[in-house]
Amino acid sequence: MIRAWLMQHGFVFLLTLKRLIATPVTSLLSVIVMGIALSLPAGIYVLMENLSSISGQSASSPQMSLFLKLDVKNEDIKSIKQRLEENSQIVSLQFIPKDIALQQLQQSNGLTDITGSLVHNPLPDAFIVHTLENTSEVLEQLRVTIQRWPEIEHVQFDSAWIERLNALLKLGRFVVLMLTTLLSVAIIAIMFNTIRLQILTKRDEIEISKLIGATDSFIQRPFLYFGAIQGLVSGATAWLIMTLAIQAMNEELIPLAQLYDFDLQLQQLSPSDSISLLLFSAWLGWLGARLSVASHLWQIEPR
Amino acid sequence: MIIFKNVSKRYPDGYVALNNIDLTVESGEMVFLTGHSGAGKSTLLKLIAAIERPTSGTITISGQNIAQLKPGAIPYLRRKIGFIFQDHKLLFDRNVFDNVLLPLQISNFDNKTVASRVRAALDKVGLLKKEKAMPIALSGGERQRLCIARAVVHRPSILIADEPTGNLDIEYAQDIMSMFTSFNQVGVTALIATHDASLLRDTEHRILSLKQGKLAV
Repeated sequence: MIRAWLMQHGFVFLLTLKRLIATPVTSLLSVIVMGIALSLPAGIYVLMENLSSISGQSASSPQMSLFLKLDVKNEDIKSIKQRLEENSQIVSLQFIPKDIALQQLQQSNGLTDITGSLVHNPLPDAFIVHTLENTSEVLEQLRVTIQRWPEIEHVQFDSAWIERLNALLKLGRFVVLMLTTLLSVAIIAIMFNTIRLQILTKRDEIEISKLIGATDSFIQRPFLYFGAIQGLVSGATAWLIMTLAIQAMNEELIPLAQLYDFDLQLQQLSPSDSISLLLFSAWLGWLGARLSVASHLWQIEPR
Repeated sequence: MIIFKNVSKRYPDGYVALNNIDLTVESGEMVFLTGHSGAGKSTLLKLIAAIERPTSGTITISGQNIAQLKPGAIPYLRRKIGFIFQDHKLLFDRNVFDNVLLPLQISNFDNKTVASRVRAALDKVGLLKKEKAMPIALSGGERQRLCIARAVVHRPSILIADEPTGNLDIEYAQDIMSMFTSFNQVGVTALIATHDASLLRDTEHRILSLKQGKLAV
């Protein structure tokens, strides 16, 4: 019984592929249209992922700098470190001794002359901490808490910078969501119409199948397979478009970034995001076919 | 066994096709249905396969009242029936073999046995050598026989034929009638609607005559 069922599905799968190949131009055009439609929101999503990684750290883990007073002792530093580690808001921390800080400053372009003329090291010891939350209330609260510690001279975080980045990312996510919604509806509409035309041309077959005992699910199956497979192929097309586009952009971007002594390279879509894209596009195709079948098949009743 | 009790069928436009029909067909019986065109023969046959629903009355097939059958159960009723349509209803986009294959695909038959079943059915109607032909290339008589092969390939217990000898000359028609007789001999209940009186002249089977939607005795 299960074997017969599997064979039935295998048969429908092959039949669907045959149908796709039987009308190569139509299938190709639909796949290209749907692929381009999908590649737009997916492309913006990739750019945003890149934006949040370019910003130096993951946007979800903002950075705060703690500058210590110049006269702190080693025990104080240990006790601060311990207190910071106990704080649940802080996910990681890094201690930068004043000597290292000076070295880093000397290595910075154009500052060698200035730093060389210094008699003694004016820089304080510092901690850099990464926090769990990036909302400004949480960060502000943390800043106030730490600022009260006697060994701390100054706590600095660029709240405006984080706010701006967050706002930008939020806007980006909203654009992705909006585009995804709009273009998903477009893909469902394209699939709906494709299946509607198929049902019209298969009218005789549907009517006769019903007359000799075909269940509704038997009749629907090839159309649903068609929708899902065409959706999947469109998803793969979108993936290909994006991969090639990112590769092409990198070829332009890497030399440009090198001129500014900046290591910049756009990352491709991650494997898990790629699989999500394929599954989502297959689901969209299936949904369009499902809606079309539901609204057209019942009209064909044998008489 | 097929039992009609007080069955009437009125179409939405008010036309009464069947009027208070009482009828019993024993299983394994072969029955002819005659009458002028418009007497209600096709309607009666369509009621059995639930292609049409009765306006009133009950139709029982092997103990199941099909007048109240849920839409989801209709396919399974139709799989018990082999229907030979007046207009054949063949699929012109596939060859003879694939036309006969369709009922087996629909009822989920195992792939290993389907090919031999299809060929056995084609052999019975004498179309074995034409399994690769397209229906468009067949003569009227061959199309009729193809329709019969498709109706019997899944071994239904009831065979229904609506004017199976419609436009055929007498030799072909007798050929087809003898096919029905041989199906009936292996236990298939057969209901055959025909207006061709010459076929019924020396039959020993029961003949039901329909006149303006009523059974004439």
